[in-house]
Amino acid sequence: MIMLALETIDLTKEYRLGFWRNRVKRALDRLNLRVEAGEVFGLLGPNGAGKTSTLKLLFRLIFPTSGSARILGKQLDDISVRCRVAYLPENPSFYEHLSAQEFLNYVASLFGLSVAERRRLGELLDQLGLFASRNVPLRRFSKGMIQRLGIAQALINDPDVLFLDEPMSGLDPLGRREVREVILRLKERQKTVFFSTHILADAETLCDRVAVLHHGRLQGCGELNTILCLGVSTTEFLLERPSAEVITELATYASSVIRTGERVRLEIPEESNIQGALEIILRRRTKLISVNPVKRSLEDYFLQKVGASDASQETASAYDWS
Amino acid sequence: MRVATIAVHTFKESVRQKVLYNLVAFALLLIGAAILFGSISVGVERIILITLGLTSISVFGLLIAIFIGIDLVSKEIERRTIYNILSKPVSRPEFILGKYLGLLLTLLVNTAVMTAGFYGALFYQKHALGLGDLVFLGAAYFILLQLAIVVGIALVFSCISTPVLSAVYTFCLYVIGNFTPDLRAFGQEAHNALLGTVSDILYYLLPNFGNFNVINQVAHAQKIPGYLWLGNSLYALLYIAILLGIAVLVFEEREFR
Repeated sequence: MIMLALETIDLTKEYRLGFWRNRVKRALDRLNLRVEAGEVFGLLGPNGAGKTSTLKLLFRLIFPTSGSARILGKQLDDISVRCRVAYLPENPSFYEHLSAQEFLNYVASLFGLSVAERRRLGELLDQLGLFASRNVPLRRFSKGMIQRLGIAQALINDPDVLFLDEPMSGLDPLGRREVREVILRLKERQKTVFFSTHILADAETLCDRVAVLHHGRLQGCGELNTILCLGVSTTEFLLERPSAEVITELATYASSVIRTGERVRLEIPEESNIQGALEIILRRRTKLISVNPVKRSLEDYFLQKVGASDASQETASAYDWS
Repeated sequence: MRVATIAVHTFKESVRQKVLYNLVAFALLLIGAAILFGSISVGVERIILITLGLTSISVFGLLIAIFIGIDLVSKEIERRTIYNILSKPVSRPEFILGKYLGLLLTLLVNTAVMTAGFYGALFYQKHALGLGDLVFLGAAYFILLQLAIVVGIALVFSCISTPVLSAVYTFCLYVIGNFTPDLRAFGQEAHNALLGTVSDILYYLLPNFGNFNVINQVAHAQKIPGYLWLGNSLYALLYIAILLGIAVLVFEEREFR
């Protein structure tokens, strides 16, 4: 039986807005997710998609309108599970009067860590590049340093499952690389990482599986490899100074022909005759610079899912209006 | 254990607030000034010093309790530091109790400092302190009990309202709490059954600070009756328990968007 790190069942959250609280906004609509132990799972979606609401529901900072969720097989109100999980909120904020070391000690006390276990604090600070600033009050920390401290406090109890809300937010390229390395190290240690992001490059680098959330609804969920491999739909040929005849001949196979200076880029669909196109190029002795299978990117997948959702929303609202 | 961790953290956070030192400094200044007022009041120097000194402790203690108490929970929510705490193995009742005890510790230290200042002023005036002066510790203890209730009220309001409104509500309840027996007497004299019942309900519901003020008694060298020690202690304990219960109930339902 597969051990589930997280399972959500029809998880729904509605906010009541307005002075009389009579306007209802559905932030999350029947979310069903299953995250296996040891996975790096990315929850993708544009701003306002419901990513932060999902994470807040999991830590009972807000309560579900309906549905339920389990972390490591335990109900969310079972506080004992918090000893095995960690949470990094979006744009975290800490006690400004404390130093990084004092703050981590405070968090360690909340977990009831022993003096021996607290030796890790120094390692964590070092790992996240904060050791030199460990005694500086947090009010003097930059946004990037605060974010790194947020990750350090999330790692303090050596959790089995980490929930990170936009962990790369506010980080410079160096900081992002450090966080990526931390996540990859956690993956090596079979830890589960569930993170929300709208930076698709991060998800593409780190995730085993992703889910796309838009307008509070799950638009798609799957293994990254499957999503990207399914999308190998064209092969790109790059030619140098091809003759007009070659271009005319190849145009029958190509879906697009783009000329840039002396070079011509042809996109030949998978279902077309790639072998035939190659034979024409070789027969006409045209200089071939490269042949590349063009994979569908996560961005394409994301935009397709989000675009489809927007289109269905528009249709729905059109029906409502009429 | 987690309650103690939060309490110690709250205490450390409170003692770093500048407003606290300003208020304690003002209180000590006023106690010092009481010596001056006493010296120009022929025959009643000692009474003036005791009344003014203990009133200073009470008033500035109240200001400290309100100023820090209203920030107790609302600041954690406003700065979103609460996300980090509640995502740890900390239950909401533990958080509330820890916060309350931390602030109580702050009040205890402040009241102790101000009381020490008061005894310093007494010593300056008399050049000696006797066993009879221990009675003022009783007055300070009652002030502390009163402040413990005020902080509980501030905590409840801080869970449901903004800091400014919490301060206003807490101060109003404190003022009303000093006139609760009058409120009951008014209801009874009105010769209206409904008004009498309402005033009775309010009398038992609202805090009653009347019995906590023994400043006049101790200033006139009267002893504090034994029943008052026990009664006030039990009353404060019960009232605080109810306030904490309300705060926990409210806080359990609170969402942090």
